[in-house]
Amino acid sequence: MADIAIIGHAQSPSWRMADLTEPQFLLPVISEAIASANINRRDIGFTCAGSCDYLSGQTFAFVMNLEAVGAWPPITESHVEMDGAWALYEAWVRLQVGDIDTALVFGSGKSSPGNLSEVFPLQLDPYTLTPLGVDPVSMAALQARALLDAGLVTEQEMAQVAARSRRDAMHNPYAQVSGEFDPEKLLAEPYVTMPLRKHDLPPISDGACAVILATADKAREVCERPVWIRGIDHRIEAHQPGMRDLTQSSSTRLAGERAGVGNAPIDVAELCVSFSHEESVLRRALGLGDEVKINPSGGPLAGNPIMAVGLARIAEAARQVSDFGAHRAVAHASSGQALQQNLVCVLEGD
Amino acid sequence: MSHQPCAIVGIGQTKHKKRRDDVSLPGLVREAAQRALDDAEMTWTDIDAVVLGKAPDPFEGVMMPELSMADALGAAGKPLMRVHTAGSVGGSTAIVATHLIETGIHERVLTVAYEKQAEGNAQWGLAGGRSGGMGAGGIFAPWMRSYIQHSGAPEDIGWKVAVKDRQNALKNPYAHLQLKDISIEKVKESPMLWEPIHFLESCPSSDGACAMVLTNEAGAKKSPRPPAWVLATAMRSELGQFPGRDPVRPQAGVECSQMLYAAAGITNPRAQIDAAEIYVPFSWYEPMWLEGHDIAGPGEGWKMTDSGATALTGDFPVNPSGGVLSSNPIGASGMLRFAEAALQVRGAAGEHQVEGATVALGHAYGGAAQYFSMWIVGASLDAVAKHK
Repeated sequence: MADIAIIGHAQSPSWRMADLTEPQFLLPVISEAIASANINRRDIGFTCAGSCDYLSGQTFAFVMNLEAVGAWPPITESHVEMDGAWALYEAWVRLQVGDIDTALVFGSGKSSPGNLSEVFPLQLDPYTLTPLGVDPVSMAALQARALLDAGLVTEQEMAQVAARSRRDAMHNPYAQVSGEFDPEKLLAEPYVTMPLRKHDLPPISDGACAVILATADKAREVCERPVWIRGIDHRIEAHQPGMRDLTQSSSTRLAGERAGVGNAPIDVAELCVSFSHEESVLRRALGLGDEVKINPSGGPLAGNPIMAVGLARIAEAARQVSDFGAHRAVAHASSGQALQQNLVCVLEGD
Repeated sequence: MSHQPCAIVGIGQTKHKKRRDDVSLPGLVREAAQRALDDAEMTWTDIDAVVLGKAPDPFEGVMMPELSMADALGAAGKPLMRVHTAGSVGGSTAIVATHLIETGIHERVLTVAYEKQAEGNAQWGLAGGRSGGMGAGGIFAPWMRSYIQHSGAPEDIGWKVAVKDRQNALKNPYAHLQLKDISIEKVKESPMLWEPIHFLESCPSSDGACAMVLTNEAGAKKSPRPPAWVLATAMRSELGQFPGRDPVRPQAGVECSQMLYAAAGITNPRAQIDAAEIYVPFSWYEPMWLEGHDIAGPGEGWKMTDSGATALTGDFPVNPSGGVLSSNPIGASGMLRFAEAALQVRGAAGEHQVEGATVALGHAYGGAAQYFSMWIVGASLDAVAKHK
């Protein structure tokens, strides 16, 4: 595959409830990403967005987001009803065709308007699971229980992940939840859904992220420190939780292998750890040892703008390479419940 | 990266109906996908990746349904993408799948699009999920009136399109509407929905799915039946509303077809394209897109309809399958146009085959006539050059 680089990115803060509409908060994020890439909006060859009608609570919600792109004169663009990380995948594929040299990718979502415990059961099998009202917290609790029972994680370790994420998030201006927390004190809190406590859950967030991709020649021309996509792959697995071993993530493992995670040492990883116990699953699936720094941004436990949060992992991993001296980084995005679908991307500096 | 050829070696669709109570959502997509695999003489394990498209999730009330359909789509352990670009989605989905082959990332890709509209209220959905909506016809009707006024087209053009497409549908066993007694009189006397659109000039609301198996040149060599070759694809979008916009002949549509023809080496679309499957949900969109995509000159599109040029036996057959006016599972409607174009150049369209078709156009549009996706398919990679 041809070398494709990340040459710019931007994100909004994660807000508990944004005062702005989705196109309104997307506009400055897209503009900032384009400016950071040192390119002209008119020169972008392909635009791809990721968002979800059900979060906005209306059909064709993504159509409004075109306003933030500025699709006049007309542009070549597409949209996935998936996290922006998959929009980045589509754009990466599109750049491989070889006839264009830059792409704008963005993901955005407002989780605040609806009641998520009512919205997300609609994401499950409509015949067998939706009628049960299974929400993401319940699914995550099932997964956490399986991990605890298998001895693969402890509640203490889960609290430590949460405390570390919130501490690291103190240096992330976009984070929604941050600060110093004593894991022992966190463990004294009541369960929300056993065995999960509030700190094991992500916040509810509104937000957006945008990334600019370029071919090698274009990246060299406009960018001092391009971040190269060395491998990218995504996989889905069976939907029914009873069909899966919830202590593993076979789709993440496969995507990681295909993306070449194990080909050389990894310095840092930005993983879509939406629930604290998922870090253990993802570390094992990607073969990341204790020496690999996980989620220096704080990750989704510190800010969780669904549909942008996976793309934001890629942007944060790129930032680790371009600004903080990491040579090789892994970014991971997830979709569905209990890590059903996963994307893995390996990034490197020069 | 060099651009590798992409071939369509399997095509499947469901019987489209008002209500497919006999199948679940996964059952519907699987019916189409299994037929596409059977056509390609492949099994589920032969497929490297799946690209699924559909219009808004609230149509059926299932959020991101590709997740719960992963098993039915044979996608477990594979990459699965989900595209949504409004009414053009069926076409865009196929184009995304095409890129996976052209770049050499995958060798065999299954692409599927569907809508099961009877599960919900599509009219509500088309109004953005708000009550008091005008429906798609309410949005498009003023633009059709504008077209009629500027082109000077007589009022029977819309009726003629409505009759022609329904007569074509009688030759397509998968088509939803089978109106054996369709006539100009019947169309004209059907209730007025949105001036100038009568009931019989409007698309139905359907349950249905469409699927295609795409592969590379090596895969096409093993194909048991003649492949269709993707000669060019194009996508273009613009904002839906702003002062000065021409919604009758949207610039995004003009540019989309210009890019498409240039990539395919087509300089005279009317002469070089043998069959066209164009997204015509309301009768007047046939002449409007003939002009909007430079197949006819300004004010000339309706004359093609009027003269019978767009009939199955005409020199530029439009929607030999019966088109969107005869079957409209919205998310699948664009892919059906793409797939029907491919059937034509494979010589596999059955009773609605355009004789000797070697170059065909598939077209879809969506939103406020602001999203466009198109492809040109050929019986061979040099079908345009060899075209007489």
